[in-house]
Parts: sequence; C-alpha cells; structure tokens
Amino acid sequence: MSLSAILGLGQTALELALFNSLTVLALFLSYTMLNVCDLSTDGCYALGAAVGAVVAIAGHPWLSIPAAMAAGMLSGLVTAVLQTRMGVNSLLAGIIVNTGLYSVNIWIMGGSSLLNMNKTETVFTQLKAVLKDTPLAGSYALIIGLIAVAAVILFQSAFLRTKLGLAIRATGDNPDMVRSSSIDPVFTTTVGLCISNSFTALSGCLLAQSQKSTTVDIGSGMVTVALASLLIGNVFLGRKSIPVRAVGAVLGAFVFRLVYTIALRFNLPAFMLKLISSIIVVIAISGPYLRSQWPLIKRRFGKAGA
Amino acid sequence: MLRLENIAKTFNPGTPDAKRAIGGLTLHVRKGDFISIIGANGAGKSTLFNAICGSFPVDSGRIVLDGQDVTMQPEHKRAKVIGRLFQDPMRGSAPNMSIEENLVLAAGSGGWLSRASRKERQALRDKLALLDMGLEDRMKQPVGLLSGGQRQALTLMMATLSMPKLLLLDEHTAALDPGTAEKVLNLTTRIVEENCLTCLMITHNMQSALDFGNRTLMMDQGSIVFDTEGDARAALTVDDLLEKFRQASGKKLDNDRMLLTK
Ligand SMILES: Nc1ncnc2c1ncn2[C@@H]1O[C@H](COP(=O)(O)OP(=O)(O)OP(=O)(O)O)[C@@H](O)[C@H]1O
Ligand SMILES: [Mg+2]
Repeated sequence: MSLSAILGLGQTALELALFNSLTVLALFLSYTMLNVCDLSTDGCYALGAAVGAVVAIAGHPWLSIPAAMAAGMLSGLVTAVLQTRMGVNSLLAGIIVNTGLYSVNIWIMGGSSLLNMNKTETVFTQLKAVLKDTPLAGSYALIIGLIAVAAVILFQSAFLRTKLGLAIRATGDNPDMVRSSSIDPVFTTTVGLCISNSFTALSGCLLAQSQKSTTVDIGSGMVTVALASLLIGNVFLGRKSIPVRAVGAVLGAFVFRLVYTIALRFNLPAFMLKLISSIIVVIAISGPYLRSQWPLIKRRFGKAGA
Repeated sequence: MLRLENIAKTFNPGTPDAKRAIGGLTLHVRKGDFISIIGANGAGKSTLFNAICGSFPVDSGRIVLDGQDVTMQPEHKRAKVIGRLFQDPMRGSAPNMSIEENLVLAAGSGGWLSRASRKERQALRDKLALLDMGLEDRMKQPVGLLSGGQRQALTLMMATLSMPKLLLLDEHTAALDPGTAEKVLNLTTRIVEENCLTCLMITHNMQSALDFGNRTLMMDQGSIVFDTEGDARAALTVDDLLEKFRQASGKKLDNDRMLLTK
C-alpha cells in the first residue's frame, strides 16, 4: 500500500470523524447536559440525510443545510413533547420517534430507500469547484467538516453560558432547582432537544452529501457510535470547562474512528463496527461502576475463599 | 400576603391507600409574619408547603398569594414569589454546576440569551461573602464538593436572591450538625429580617419554634390544631407546648411518634 493511499485512508477517516462528531456534539447537549438519552438519534440522522439530499437534488445545495437542521429540530420537538407533555417515558419517546421516522424518511425520499446524488450539486461539489487549482483542492470535504464542527462548538460554548443554557444544564442536574428558580423544565428540555437534534440532522446531511448517496439505514447504530465517542472524550477531558469538554467530544469521535480504522487494517470486517461501538459503550459506562464495586467484590470473594 | 381557604388534599383517592393529608385547612398569613410550624411525623406539614408551592393541585379550596389567586398556577410560575428550602441539602442546588452558575441561575435576572456580566457576578460574590463561610473564594467549584451545611447556606442565599415575598423552610437544618444548624438558623433570621420576608418554618425543635418568629402553629392530621402569637406565645414554655398538643389533639402524646426535641 502506497503512502498516498494510506494518507487518503487517513483523510477519509478524518472526514468521517468530523461529520459524525456533530452527532457526538448533539449527544453532548442532550445526554451529558440535559441527561436525556435520545434514542431518536438514528432516525434523526437519516432524516437530516434524506431532507438534505432531496433539497440538494431539487437544486438548492446551500438551502439543504438549514432545511435538514429545521427537520431535525422538528423531530426533536416531537420527542420532547412526547416525553414532557404526553407522559411517555423519555427512552420510549425516542424509540417511538425513531420508528416513525423510518416511514417518514422513505416518504421524504419519494418512496425509495436509496437516493443517489452522483450528478447532484451539493455543498461539497460547490466548494470543490471554488477550490479548483488551489493547494486546498483535495481538502474541500475536510474544510466543510472543520467549519461545521467549529461553528457548533463555538455555538455550544456561548449558548451554554447564557441563562437558557445554564437552565438546560440545571434541568439535567437537578430539575427541582430549576422549578424553584421559576423556570419550566418542560421548556428547557424542549429547547435542548430541538437544538441537539438539529445538530444530529446536520451531521447526517453532511455525511450523505459527502458520500453522494443516502439510504434510509444511514443512521443505524449512530446513537451507540456517538455515545461511545462521547464517553471516550469524557475519559480525557470530562472534568474541564464546557468548551474543552466539547472539543473532547470531537476528539472522542477521532479516537473512535482511529481505533476502528486500525481494526480494519487488521482485517477486521467492516460489519464489526457496531459491535465495537457497543463494547466501548459498555466499558465506558460500566467501567467506573465496576471499579467502585471492586472492593465489595473482592471482599465477598475473599470471604467465600476463607 | 398568603390566604389558604379551606384547602384539602387526599393522596391516592378512591384506593385502599387513600390518605387525607390535608383536610379543610384555613390559614391567613400576614405580611412580615415569621411563623414556626410544629407537628408529628405525617401531620401534613410538608404537604402544606407542597400545596402552597403548587407541587400538586389541591382537591378543593383556594390559595391566594400576594393578592393573586394561584390555586391553578403551575409550580414554576408561583416560584417567582416563593423561595423554598428542603430538609435535604442536596435538593436545592445543581451539584455539577459551579457555585457561580447556581447563583446566576437563582438570581434569574436578564433575558434567556443574556449572560451574567462581570458586575453582576461580583455582586453575587459579595453577597456570598456575607455568609462568612469562605464560599466566595470557591465560585468556580462545583456545588457537589460542598458540605451539607455549606450547601444549605448556599441554597438559602439562592432562595432569597430573587427577593421572594414568601420563604418556606421545611426542616432546613435537620440534616446538619448542631453547630452548623445554629449557624444556618441565625443566618436565616438575619436574611428574613434584612429583607422583611414573610416566612413559614417547619421545625421539630420545640425550643426554636418558640425562639424564632412571631407566631407558632401546631399541626395534626392535616389541620391546624393550635395557633399562638403575641403575649400568649411569649409566655409559653416547651412544656406548655407539649401540654397544648395533648389538649388539642385529644390523645396521649407519644414521644416516639412526635420525635420532638426539647
Ligand atoms: N406523594 C404522596 N403520596 C401519598 N401519600 C403521601 C404523599 N406525600 C405525603 N403523603 C402522606 O401524607 C401524610 C402527610 O405527609 P407529610 O410529608 O406532609 O408529613 P410531615 O408533617 O411533613 O411529616 P414529617 O415531620 O415526617 O416530615 C403522610 O401520611 C404521608 O404518608
Ligand atoms: Mg415533612
């Protein structure tokens, strides 16, 4: 394998990690801050991809991005209303929306489960044309990914310091306290989920356009992959300030991609990706728990042995 | 200031577990009143506070707060005029957020997308310094690192930051060691006096029930069985209070159940 091929592989991995890190940042808001495990993530990712693709195919490459984000927001709104106003358990609300989105996404894609954007003008082809004959010509996808990730991190860092942002964080931390600060946790949960889902949809939209096609299954397993990345990032930068933690979430996505790319090099079949992400999530969540239980386990074991 | 008109609350109505926690309770609290409330476990004291705060709607009756009928208002709306402290110091603040962030949120000034200015943050810091606990030098630390007493003092500060008209204290010193409890209690009276707050305080300590405030209520089985203030109250001793309880409730005082301390 030539050096340029390896570099190419590295670049593709980097681009993928950048696009998917937007979903990680979405979970940073909903899972870490709001303390809601949003299981509609997979469907919302595919929704963003579908809406983005359809709008781009209709001839509006730049409009595809706000359109995808608005669709994600709407999906987040439905999830939020289900769990805050209609008595549906928060996990179940996500699962229900996720299931419903499967049909919605096929409907958006005009009844087909696959959309091809080979000849479509996308934000990528547009930037590619602009950068033609410059040294950056090969890096158009990377640039778009970097801009999107930087914009989302900057937004979150600023937003989470506003009164609304603080209220969203407190909702995940102690809803009683939010209520006694005369803020409605229903409102903060709704805003939080709308924003996080718009990032998830953006993530799906960019990934689909970069690979010039989307399927209805494009988001399958995304929530676990993103959660794995988030938790990896947490290991490194979990106790720092918000902007640093957001950067950590993105780094987590890179580390995850790196581990996965290396695994592929060792001839691990591509379909193992999801199993790896599941295992990482299990390790990241139950690791600290088992460590805290370790003295107890040891004592019990010691007693039995004595 | 606060008028409760014949309010009632039954938990789990229509089931074998039905429990009438408050039955036809009427209370008029004047502006500036500092009322201590005593009563056995399960007498309905916390339920009374929950009803005032709107944690659940009452089954019947009317609640008028500051001239406004709030009977049907949701909890977070009423919170504008009510500050509240619980027995559990963990309940009043967000552990993973810094002291400063908690204070900013509790102060509640500015629009949704506003950020606390340096001046506002300095003002909060100065206020916190009044507690004399050194917390003002730990503004950036997460609240979860504080001790129970420090956390309760912080919550007290937070509850009074937005200048509530009514302060509800539900055994807010019960989880603290005696020294810290006294400190927080003195702090409470100072803040209440300085801000001319109207205050209801639940306590299991008969002596502080008589020492603090201008009026004392005794509750039993969801109603107020004894209400005293002024000279009559000034003349009362803890033993008198126990005797009153016996008379009012018409049953022999069971110290285990009362869990009262002299
Ligand atoms: N959410 C609830 N569901 C069912 N029953 C309840 C509920 N809350 C309170 N009760 C019942 O209502 C009665 C009054 O409870 P409350 O908590 O008001 O007592 P209290 O006077 O605060 O007692 P304590 O001194 O132990 O705090 C109790 O019998 C209790 O079991
Ligand atoms: Mg109680």
